[in-house]
Parts: sequence; C-alpha cells; structure tokens
Amino acid sequence: MENQEQLDQFQAYVDQEMKVEAKDWMPEKYRNTLIRQIAQHAHSEVVGMLPEANWVTRAPSLKRKAILLAKIQDEGGHGLYLYSACETLGVDRDTLIDELHDGTAKYSSIFNYPTLNWADIGAVGWLVDGAAIVNQVSLQRTSYGPYSRAMIRICKEESFHQRQGYVIMMEMAKGTPAQKAMAQDALNRWWWPSLMMFGPSDKDSLHSQQNMAWKIKRHSNDELRQKFVDMTVPQTEYLGLTLPDPDLKWNAERGHYDFGEINWDEFWQVVRGNGKCNKERIAARQKAHDEGAWVREAALAYAAKKRNKKGAA
Amino acid sequence: MGDNALILGQRLGEWCGHGPVLEEDIALTNIALDLIGQARMVYQKVGALENGARTEDDVAFLRDANEFYNVLLVEMENGDFAHTIARQFYFSAFQVPFLERLAGSSDEFLRDFAFKSIKEARYHLKHATQWVLRLGDGTSESHDRMQLAINTLWEYTGELFMTDDVDLEMASLTGIHLEDIHQMWLTHVRQTLEEATLDMPDESTWMQSGGKQGVHTEHLGYILTDMQWLQRAYPGAEW
Repeated sequence: MENQEQLDQFQAYVDQEMKVEAKDWMPEKYRNTLIRQIAQHAHSEVVGMLPEANWVTRAPSLKRKAILLAKIQDEGGHGLYLYSACETLGVDRDTLIDELHDGTAKYSSIFNYPTLNWADIGAVGWLVDGAAIVNQVSLQRTSYGPYSRAMIRICKEESFHQRQGYVIMMEMAKGTPAQKAMAQDALNRWWWPSLMMFGPSDKDSLHSQQNMAWKIKRHSNDELRQKFVDMTVPQTEYLGLTLPDPDLKWNAERGHYDFGEINWDEFWQVVRGNGKCNKERIAARQKAHDEGAWVREAALAYAAKKRNKKGAA
Repeated sequence: MGDNALILGQRLGEWCGHGPVLEEDIALTNIALDLIGQARMVYQKVGALENGARTEDDVAFLRDANEFYNVLLVEMENGDFAHTIARQFYFSAFQVPFLERLAGSSDEFLRDFAFKSIKEARYHLKHATQWVLRLGDGTSESHDRMQLAINTLWEYTGELFMTDDVDLEMASLTGIHLEDIHQMWLTHVRQTLEEATLDMPDESTWMQSGGKQGVHTEHLGYILTDMQWLQRAYPGAEW
C-alpha cells in the first residue's frame, strides 16, 4: 500500500526535476498513467503507418516514394522503442497489442481520417507531425526517464518528417492549378483534426491536473494547441493557402491568434470509434497480426531448437 | 538492373504497415527503400546516357509494361510472408554474386553501382536466408508454407540466368557470364534449403521467361497502374 509519506517523497523528487527510472518506487497511478500514455503513443506510431502506407505504391516520384518509405520506417522504429519504454513499466508488447486490437487501448484519433489525395501526405507530415512535435518537445522534459529519452530521439526524426510534409505542400501549392486545389483540399480536411490532436480543452481534460503535478505532462492541452496555431498560420500564408476557419485572426492584445471553436462532438465521436477509418485501421492491424501469427510461432520454435542444440553440444 | 530493383521495391512497399511483426515491417520497408535507391541510380544514368532527354521519373513512370525488362520473378505477388521471403531469397542469391562480379567491371558507373549496392544486397540475402531457415525449420505449418513458396516460385528462377543479346554484350564489358552466377546461386540455394530441412525443387522444371524481353505476366500492368497513376493523370506536374 502507498502511504502519504511515500507520495510526498515522490512529489518532492519530481519537483526537483529528477527523472524517475524503471526500478524506482513510483505511485501505482503514476505507473498506470504512463503505461496508458506511452502505449497510446506507441499504438499511434504503428496505426499512423497505415494512412501513409496507403500512398507508398502511388507516390508520384521515386524521390517522394523513397522519402515516404523512410518516414514510415522511422515510425515503425518509434513504435518499437516506445513499446520498449512501456515494457520497462512491467507490461509486455503482446499484452499492449491485444489491448489495441480489442479497443481497450486508444491511439491518436487523427489516424482515423482517410488520406485521399497525394497532398494528404504533405498535410499529414506538415500538420500531424507538426502537432505531434509541439506535444513531444514538451514531453522531452517528462519526469519518466525512459519516456523522456525516447522523446528526445523521436523529436529529431519528427522534425525531418514535418519538413518533408511541408516540402510536398510547397511543391503542390506552387504547382499546377490542379495541384494547388489538391493542397487546399487536404488542408481543409486536416486542419481541424490536427487541432483536435492536443486533446480536450483544459476545462474538460480528465487527467490533466495530477499529470502536471507529477510532471508527466509539462504544458496544458490548450497551451500547446495555441502554440501550434501560432506557428502554423504564417507557414500557411507562405504557401498561399487558406486555413478553413473564418474566426482565425491575430489578437495583438494576447499576442496570439484567436481561432474558432473546435467541433467537440466530432472529436468525441471519433474517439468513440465512429471516425471514417476507425474500424478499418484496427481491422488492418488485427489482420496483419493474425496473419503473422504463424511467422512469429516459427521464429520462436526455431530459436528454441537452436538453443537446445547449443545446450546439447 | 533498374527495373528488377524498382518492381521488387514496389512489391515490398505493399507490405508497409502490414508486416507479420513490427521488426519485419521495418525490415521489408528498408529493403524496399534500398531497391528504390538502386533503381534511381540506374535511371539517372539512363537519363545521362540520353543527354538528359529523360529524368529518372520519366524512365520509371512513363514507360508501358512492354518496355520494362525486369525478370518475371520480381513482379510475382507478395502472397504470404513465405512467398515474399522465397522471392527475395531467389533474387538476392542472384544479385549478390552478380554485383560482386560487376564490381570488377571496366565501366565506372557499373563499378560504382555495384559497390554501393553490394552491401545492401548482402544484407537482403542474409535476411532472406535466415528466414528460409527459420520458417523451414520452425513449425510444421511454417515448413509447409515455406516449401510451397519455394516450389511455386521455382519456375521463375530460370530466367535470371538465361542469356540474351543484352547479357552477351554485357559479358564483353563486364566479364559476367550468367552460367557462372547460376552455379553460385545453386550452391547457396541448395545449402540453405538443406539446412532448412526443405526439399530442393525439381531442377528439370520448365522455366518461365519473357520479362527480360518485355513480355510479362498479367501482374505488371496492375503494378504500373498503381505506380504511374499520378504521373499519367497530371502530365508535366512537379511533385
């Protein structure tokens, strides 16, 4: 059982900006929150491969195809080390993956939106990875050591991802009228879901306060969302595209852009499984997992045979 | 060489996000990436030889199926993981000794290409060989699937070693005789299959051919439809 003294000591420890490591004592709630959050992040990387993989075979140039493959490969890698970070907290990857498939675990809702034209690959890199970076830069200072270190590594690669997305948008925005229309169409569809990536508004955020106190979270959802809007508006202007928000305008008094109300109904519907691609994404992951079962079994059986042979020799 | 790399890379790219385990998803994507890189190097050279008449993308995206000269093996469907591994195993077991010879060519480009690609091809071969062993000598299900894949794709391996006019001309430039490569290939395949407790397919099987002359299976049309769609639908656009 946890007593108040332990909890106070733990709080004092994180208050000094010290990192919590795998073998350190930690409150059960801290551990469970991290498992939930890191697993969610790992699942997002892996499910997030799907909407981009959707365009691998159709990428419009060999260079873009190569960059897209490299990017998706990075995301698989991020998934791997996030699953590993999660395992340091005592849950194995198989359990986590089962929870993804049975719907117990969540992943970023953004990946339940479809990628419909090539500019979507640009928009996903620019906006979705851009929003992820804002969040992850903040998480580099999270109090759990393995997660913090994973974030530092991931952030380096994500900034390359964002750049490649923006380059695609630039090429298309300054391309033919048809290309520019694709770019605007992609932006129209990805803008609001990107803002939703930061989660519910602070006043409705379930876990925020305790997570801030434990320094799992370093900035609130609304703060990070504002930061993302502020950095994205000038980037959009540079592209010569328009953000689909009539209420968007600079507020000199606040020193920030004001923006319109997010459609929270849509947000919660997608979280609950009613997005365009929720069922499809999970079905694709489940199918890959099921069809891979015999491969994983064979690898284990072969490794066991090798071990036995070694033991006998 | 470029078409083999591109079409196989394109096929492997289909696995992206759907691999049997995350590590293999990454590995297959990585191999795809290497092969696309090899194709680009060759196509850039093609463009240079034509004094810039075509870009690498023109070569990849604006030729029809009968102008592609890849072997039929690389356009075969992914099938289950065993089929993908068998296809890679057969191809890489050819590519490694081929590139090793090519590295001794008198042509500077071919030498550079070989040096750059050989490390990748060796890794691809090691990866595929390890999986043939694991699946062949894993469970009874994996053994049966691997054997089936090895048998099914066997008839597409002969083409790798059939010498046509281009190969003959190349032999004069590079000293590569496909018959020598064939012997090295057979040795590696035989040894691996034996260690994997798999049977060697019947070597007297009738071998399919035509890819190297631009006469393909029905698969290639669909591969190109997917791959070339944007370039064809929006001619002249930069991406």
